Formats: sequence, C-alpha cells, structure tokens
Amino acid sequence: MTYQEKKSIVLLISTIIIFVSYCLYMYPHYPKGGLDLNETYRYWGSFVLILTIVSIVAHIIISIIFNMIFRITTREKEPSFADELDRLIELKAHRNSFFVFIVGFLLAMGSLIIFQPSQLMFIILIFSGFLSDVTGSVTKLYHYRRGV
Amino acid sequence: MGKNLVGNHIRKLRFNHDEMTQQQLADKVGVTRQTIVALEKGNYSPSLELAFRIALAFNLPLEKVFFYGENTK
Repeated sequence: MTYQEKKSIVLLISTIIIFVSYCLYMYPHYPKGGLDLNETYRYWGSFVLILTIVSIVAHIIISIIFNMIFRITTREKEPSFADELDRLIELKAHRNSFFVFIVGFLLAMGSLIIFQPSQLMFIILIFSGFLSDVTGSVTKLYHYRRGV
Repeated sequence: MGKNLVGNHIRKLRFNHDEMTQQQLADKVGVTRQTIVALEKGNYSPSLELAFRIALAFNLPLEKVFFYGENTK
C-alpha cells in the first residue's frame, strides 16, 4: 500500500473518530428547555467553531505523527509535492465532497420550509459537513487504489 | 474503474535501462512513485507532457513507450 493510500485511510478514520467523540462530548451540554433561541444559537455556533478548530489541529497533529511512523516503518520519505495524478484525484475528491455538502445544505434549508425546528437545520448542516469530509477521503482512497 | 486504453511498456523499459527503480524514474520525470505505479498498472493515462518526459527519460520516441488500445507486440 502506498503513502497516499495509507494517508487517506488514516484521515478517514481520524475524521470519524474526531466527529463522533466531539458529538458525544457536546451532547450533554445542549441547553435544557430549548425555548431560549439565543442560547440555542450560541450552542450551535460554538459547536461548529470549536469542531472546525479541533478538526484542523487534530488533523495537523495526526499528519505529523503519521509521517513520522511512515518514515520509521518504511524508511522512505513521504512525497514532498503533489504531481498531476495527486491534483486530479484532489479535484475529484473536492467535486464529490462539495456535491454531498450542497445536498445537505439544500436539505437543511428544506427543513426550514416545512416548519421543522432550527435545531434540525443545524444538525443536517453539521452532519452533511461530516459526510462531505468522509466522501472526500473515500474518493481519494478509491482513486488511489483503482485508478483515475 | 475500467482499465485505460492508453497502455505502456514502462515496466519493461525500466528493466532494460539498468533495472531502473520506480523511484529513479519518478525523480527523472518529476512525479511521485505512486504515479509510476499507477501508470505501470494501467490505472492512469498520463498527460501529454508527462508522456513526453517519460519517453525522453528512456531516449525513445513516444510511440515506443505508449500505445493506444490492445498491444499487439
């Protein structure tokens, strides 16, 4: 298995673990009562912001650790640049990722039209963000293994 | 994902050139080893520019390295 395939698998697993553990951590902090809109919006705002920051920092740390383990176990250096195949796969991953997020965004807006609570809109938005991330990683893994 | 129609003799040519490694060829043409692996497996059709660079690395014309469709040789 090549560096890019291993990295895609590591990123996929870390994305799932970070998202699930963060949701489990934040779930008990949900404001009780649910009628105070300001408190609810503040909760969802902080949920998204902290999740974004935590994800970025965790991915950087995981990438550094992964590169160190890769160097030690294979005695190879990781590729220092992205070539035409990497860029093509990156583009395909972004396309699929954006498609999933746009579908989620439209579903979230649709939930408001049919008078669903605003919490549902936030849940759909956050979940579609997570799914789009997973889709991007899976697309990369698929194309690195099966070709373009 | 089906196999690409553009085939190549890269693997054979590497061995005929002092058993050149995938990494050596990748360094010569400016791509990662992963791309050479994908090319040899027939999982990727290179850009015209990369195809020319690979042909130049072997000092051969393009058609001696790459072929379109089934290889008859």
